[in-house]
Amino acid sequence: MFKKLSQKVQVGVLAICSLATSITVILIIIFLFSEGISFLGMKPTEEGYVLAVNTKNNLNSISPELCKKVFDQEVDNWSQLGEKDMPIELVNSDQIATLYSEEAIGSEMEYLDTCYNDYVSKHVGVFAVMPKNYVTSKFKGRVVEVQENSIASFVRGREWFPTAKPIAQFGILPLLMGTLIVSLGAILIALPLGLACAIYMSEIAKKRRRKIMKPLVELLAGIPSVVYGFFGLIVIVPLIQTLFHLDVGETALAGSIILGIMALPTIITISEDALRNVPNAMREASLAMGATKWQTIYKVVIPYASSGITTATVLGIGRAIGETMAVLMVTGNAANVTLNYLKPVRTIPATIAAELGEAPSGGIHFKALFALGCILFLITMSINLYVNFVSKRRGVK
Amino acid sequence: MIQIKNVNFYYKDFHALTDITMQIPDKAVTAFIGPSGCGKSTLLRLINRMNDLIDGTRLTGNILVEGQDIYDKKVEVEELRKKVGMVFQKPNPFPKSIFENVAYGLRVQGMKNETEIKDRVEDAIKKAALWSEVERILNNNATNLSGGQQQRLCIARCLAVEPHVILMDEPASALDPISTAKIEELVLDLKSKYTIVIVTHNMQQALRISDHTAFFYLGELVEYNTTHDIFHNPAQEKTKNYVTGQFG
Ligand SMILES: Nc1ncnc2c1ncn2[C@@H]1O[C@H](COP(=O)(O)OP(=O)(O)OP(=O)(O)O)[C@@H](O)[C@H]1O
Ligand SMILES: [Mg+2]
Repeated sequence: MFKKLSQKVQVGVLAICSLATSITVILIIIFLFSEGISFLGMKPTEEGYVLAVNTKNNLNSISPELCKKVFDQEVDNWSQLGEKDMPIELVNSDQIATLYSEEAIGSEMEYLDTCYNDYVSKHVGVFAVMPKNYVTSKFKGRVVEVQENSIASFVRGREWFPTAKPIAQFGILPLLMGTLIVSLGAILIALPLGLACAIYMSEIAKKRRRKIMKPLVELLAGIPSVVYGFFGLIVIVPLIQTLFHLDVGETALAGSIILGIMALPTIITISEDALRNVPNAMREASLAMGATKWQTIYKVVIPYASSGITTATVLGIGRAIGETMAVLMVTGNAANVTLNYLKPVRTIPATIAAELGEAPSGGIHFKALFALGCILFLITMSINLYVNFVSKRRGVK
Repeated sequence: MIQIKNVNFYYKDFHALTDITMQIPDKAVTAFIGPSGCGKSTLLRLINRMNDLIDGTRLTGNILVEGQDIYDKKVEVEELRKKVGMVFQKPNPFPKSIFENVAYGLRVQGMKNETEIKDRVEDAIKKAALWSEVERILNNNATNLSGGQQQRLCIARCLAVEPHVILMDEPASALDPISTAKIEELVLDLKSKYTIVIVTHNMQQALRISDHTAFFYLGELVEYNTTHDIFHNPAQEKTKNYVTGQFG
């Protein structure tokens, strides 16, 4: 009787634990996505400001990217926006203040709205940034809508200036590229090295040496990532700087090297397991045909272990993509759209870590970081699904 | 001819073979029999130096294949193994296509000419009496074949490199009676061209296919004679007891 009860209690406790874990995971995902998705549909204009043009102008809405170009004066003629050929006159409060006499504006700037109204109604080519509360029924200009953030503008946008005024830029292309090239570089470094190491440990090293190497490799996995970051900053970054005669050594290459080192334990241990799982009968069959040890390794052992090696690689990439601290410390964190490994780049996790502290909670920047988190989550989740798929296929074989 | 002279073999401290001396004739089938653990496989694997792969082994004495001491430092073990092929107890095809399994030995020898490879592969599969069963599925994965077909494929794989000697370690013990019969038939077929050494636990099999039989016991060669004499006229009491099934 008592035994039965205690058994039931045990089962109950286990069930609650697993339920709690699952619910936590689901809650985190829901939280991430609800914050991230609400980023879409927000407008990247500075809080409390609007854009206005002359009523003769037909412009109704403008994309954040174009808008930034206008403010950077890369676009300085209305014809580039599909309007009549005339120069764009940018004005903001400061300029209005210099264009009108002190009398007209008033000592406390209390008539600034009238000046705006006057200026916008008289100049056909005007493009004005003005406080929202100046737009009243008396206003003789027209307000231009800034287009909302969309998945397309988010994923394709080439600029990431989350705090730019009056229009912030939320294009993640540079961050995505940064993440991808750093991870790709890491794998290009870690895969040959890790595979070589795994082959040595499983096929060549004597038992004694393997017994020393294996714990060392596992130790590598246990080093905190800031320590890798320090190592990168003190050793790798200066090395790259002098080696390639660069102004700054904080580059994508530095990130790739550090991430490559960090991915090594995953790649080595998993592919070594895969290699050691190759039945000895396969090696004997090959050797008995007169194949050399190397032929046996390349033509029989590695192909036999290939799905395990793929898993190792993909998990290594997964680790590299999500890694934050070390990358933040060595890549220079400039949001560049580049394929040049000798330029600074900025990755998604590093962006989140670096900017979350300064983004006002609940604001558009804050939400944009959550949206970045969603993207990162989708990437790592697809990697995990792929690994599952590969290992299942191996299970069938 | 394979000459085994005063061979002693040790796994670390364990003395697995004691002072074995025998001559294995060419173009004939020689069977190794004896109770489990008596050292049959060990001796067989010495003939193509497969025991080199095991750590901590030691050999004294000499083994000569075609007059050449195979443990001489000058001998390249890969060359030896091309001459002395091996078929294992459990069929061990590579998880590659049937064709590539048989072509493997040719490719590792550096043969590049695809038509020549194709001819040699076809020839080897025919010699292994497997051609009619696989000629249309040469690109299928070899691991999908039945156990008996896999074993004949392994024999074909071994034949493709044109060895002079074929070592077989209980090649039919994992197979059903029909597949076993096929393998036996194949062995009889092959003996006109190859020197075959076969380890077997099956007395009837040894009697059916071998010309000479060696009986081992606890690492020693107890008796070695023609198969007929070993089974019908054994000189030693132990041999007689073993072949009549009184112990084993
Ligand atoms: N790799 C090894 N390391 C240590 N001892 C071994 C090794 N291989 C075989 N032995 C030992 O050597 C002896 C002979 O083994 P072997 O495999 O040659 O026997 P066998 O006659 O082939 O037996 P079976 O008929 O069961 O295959 C056995 O006592 C075995 O335990
Ligand atoms: Mg054996």
